[in-house]
Amino acid sequence: MTSAPGALMDPPLVEMRNISVSFGGIKAVDDVSIDLYPGEVVGLLGHNGAGKTTLIKVLSGAYQRDAGQIFINGEEAHIANPRDARGYNIETIYQTLALADNLDAASNLFLGRELVTSFGLVDDSAMEAETRKIMARLNPNFEKFANPVSALSGGQRQSVAIARAVYFNARILIMDEPTAALGPHETQMVAELISQLKSEGIGIFLISHDIHDVMQLCDRASVMKNGHLVGSVRIEHVSDDDLLSMIILGKPPAGPARS
Amino acid sequence: MSDSISHPIPAQSRKNIFRTLELDTRLLGMIGAFIILALAFNMVTDGRFLTPRNIFNLTIQTVSVAIMATGMVFVIVTRNIDLSVGSLLATCSAVMAMVQTWILPDLLGLGLNNPLTAPITIVAGLATGTLIGAFQGWLVGYMLIPSFIVTLGGLLVWRNVAWYLTNGQTIGPLDRNFLVFGGTNGTFGATLSWGIGVIAVGLALYGLWAARRGKLAHGFQVKPLWAEVVMAAITTGAILGFVGILNAYDIPVRRLARLFKARGEVMPDGFTSAYGLPVSVLVLILVAIAMTIVAKRSRFGRYIFATGGNPDAAELAGINTRFLTVKVFALMGALAALSAVVASARLTNHTNDIGTLDELRVIAAAVIGGTALSGGFGTIHGAILGALIMQSLQSGMAMVGVDAPLQNIVVGAVLVLAVLIDIIYRRKTGARL
Ligand SMILES: Nc1ncnc2c1ncn2[C@@H]1O[C@H](COP(=O)(O)OP(=O)(O)O)[C@@H](O)[C@H]1O
Ligand SMILES: [Mg+2]
Repeated sequence: MTSAPGALMDPPLVEMRNISVSFGGIKAVDDVSIDLYPGEVVGLLGHNGAGKTTLIKVLSGAYQRDAGQIFINGEEAHIANPRDARGYNIETIYQTLALADNLDAASNLFLGRELVTSFGLVDDSAMEAETRKIMARLNPNFEKFANPVSALSGGQRQSVAIARAVYFNARILIMDEPTAALGPHETQMVAELISQLKSEGIGIFLISHDIHDVMQLCDRASVMKNGHLVGSVRIEHVSDDDLLSMIILGKPPAGPARS
Repeated sequence: MSDSISHPIPAQSRKNIFRTLELDTRLLGMIGAFIILALAFNMVTDGRFLTPRNIFNLTIQTVSVAIMATGMVFVIVTRNIDLSVGSLLATCSAVMAMVQTWILPDLLGLGLNNPLTAPITIVAGLATGTLIGAFQGWLVGYMLIPSFIVTLGGLLVWRNVAWYLTNGQTIGPLDRNFLVFGGTNGTFGATLSWGIGVIAVGLALYGLWAARRGKLAHGFQVKPLWAEVVMAAITTGAILGFVGILNAYDIPVRRLARLFKARGEVMPDGFTSAYGLPVSVLVLILVAIAMTIVAKRSRFGRYIFATGGNPDAAELAGINTRFLTVKVFALMGALAALSAVVASARLTNHTNDIGTLDELRVIAAAVIGGTALSGGFGTIHGAILGALIMQSLQSGMAMVGVDAPLQNIVVGAVLVLAVLIDIIYRRKTGARL
């Protein structure tokens, strides 16, 4: 435990404790606990339907938990809806991107948090100017500011969703398969972005299918299967094969790998 | 590229003119269709369609449906429908008729034509419409009953609440000040109308200038100056032309003589006076401006369109889409009440069948005006133009002498055709339906 200095003394940035969520009779998440420290990237791994999205949607306020607690900086947090989550500086890039296809990039980026003029009217010019600024940083090729996002390519849409999460000074960032729609070049850009945000002290939950990405970008990984937490491991203690067998067999690796 | 040589004007450059002016081709298509329709009727009627008199009548007949159509845009944009607006109009009309002819004069002793009667009546009507609309919105948003069912029920319920309240009787005469909202009984006359027209031009030009300045301030691309000047000229011409036409319609001499007689005066020989802008049309214009600002520049409007485009995304962005539904239906109810003011004042009575079939006209106006039933798309000006096209079609055919059943057959067919053209247009331009 030489990395993450102070991690043992300071409370984690996020701690989700004994979370359960069921839909009808299905326990989508069953008694799962995970945590996240500032400047840390924690990978969430597991097959389709393992419950990853459901778990993080509890943190982002989209779903209500049936049991469990959430602590932010050691204090219990009350997150009943997405607005509450935003109040804790939790930003989410959803797997579905959650964009309103009929609106342009700026309207999507500021949805729910519009910049307004002194009359209280939405200030589209100001929002477009801000969008241009952040896009210049995230995706310099982006130029379709006047079009509805339905006219954008998969990668461009993804960059709008990423820009929205990054713009509002997130302290806790949730990325649900952020590179699923991206080509190798754009994936590399996301990887660089993650490293940069990490260096700014932001804590990141990264849901990914790609074990290679997780090995490269994450400090720790938590593996889920059928709604259960298989285990959480430090990346430097495991190999690709260890992670793969956790995902497939649903058993934590033996010995020093446990965190 | 060989075939572009054979065209005298390449399609590309024609498109670019519209693009430079930043005009919406869809809107242009509608305006074009409207102009062709008007010219055709004018030809068939030997020039009786495009007279100041007929245009005046057309505008005051359009107001009530057009006001409701602006609200229907929001309802449909959020993927809902309101089939109850015609009945809601009737209930509001019944309530207002009772308030001004019975409750205020008899129970509260204000007497008919008291200056307080009309304002109190209108507030009561607006409150009724807003409350009923909010209730229906609550059933849709919080109880999750499909809006089609809630408002189909509402169609029956409110029509018959109106009947029950009034025992099916015509109520009138209505308060004198209330009748000002009906059209011919409330117009501004030539001078005031010109004044209002000039103010409108001033505001429109300021709007164009402010938009340009806002874009320049952020270093965005703006239209070339000549394009702005062309737009400003078109806008100014349209506003002043409209006022000019309304001012060209003189009040009939016999009616004027009656008005003078009522005041105990004698009409001077050769006296003429123009109707000018009707109060009801000014109400519609103010509603249109307010609703456009709500749609384009308010958070409420932004959330309406976001919810229509992707309800899940709206919810995840922290928008309370359930309460939004309540607000949208409440606004629809308020606008139905406002239309009830205009409609009953125009008839000078509350009648039991007031607003019958208005729900269909209103929905048709919104849809012809480009509101997509799948949600997320629609404009206020489109809906008003849609209402105008519907009313022109109806009045024009009546003027030509088309049989009543044929009129309705044509109107129905035009609605379906308009939606078909819209679907083809959207497919061609690659927009989502
Ligand atoms: N809104 C929902 N309603 C019903 N079942 C759901 C819902 N969301 C997720 N589930 C179910 O919960 C389980 C976990 O899904 P999810 O969290 O999306 O998994 P993952 O993101 O790991 O692929 C699946 O069985 C899925 O069908
Ligand atoms: Mg998922």
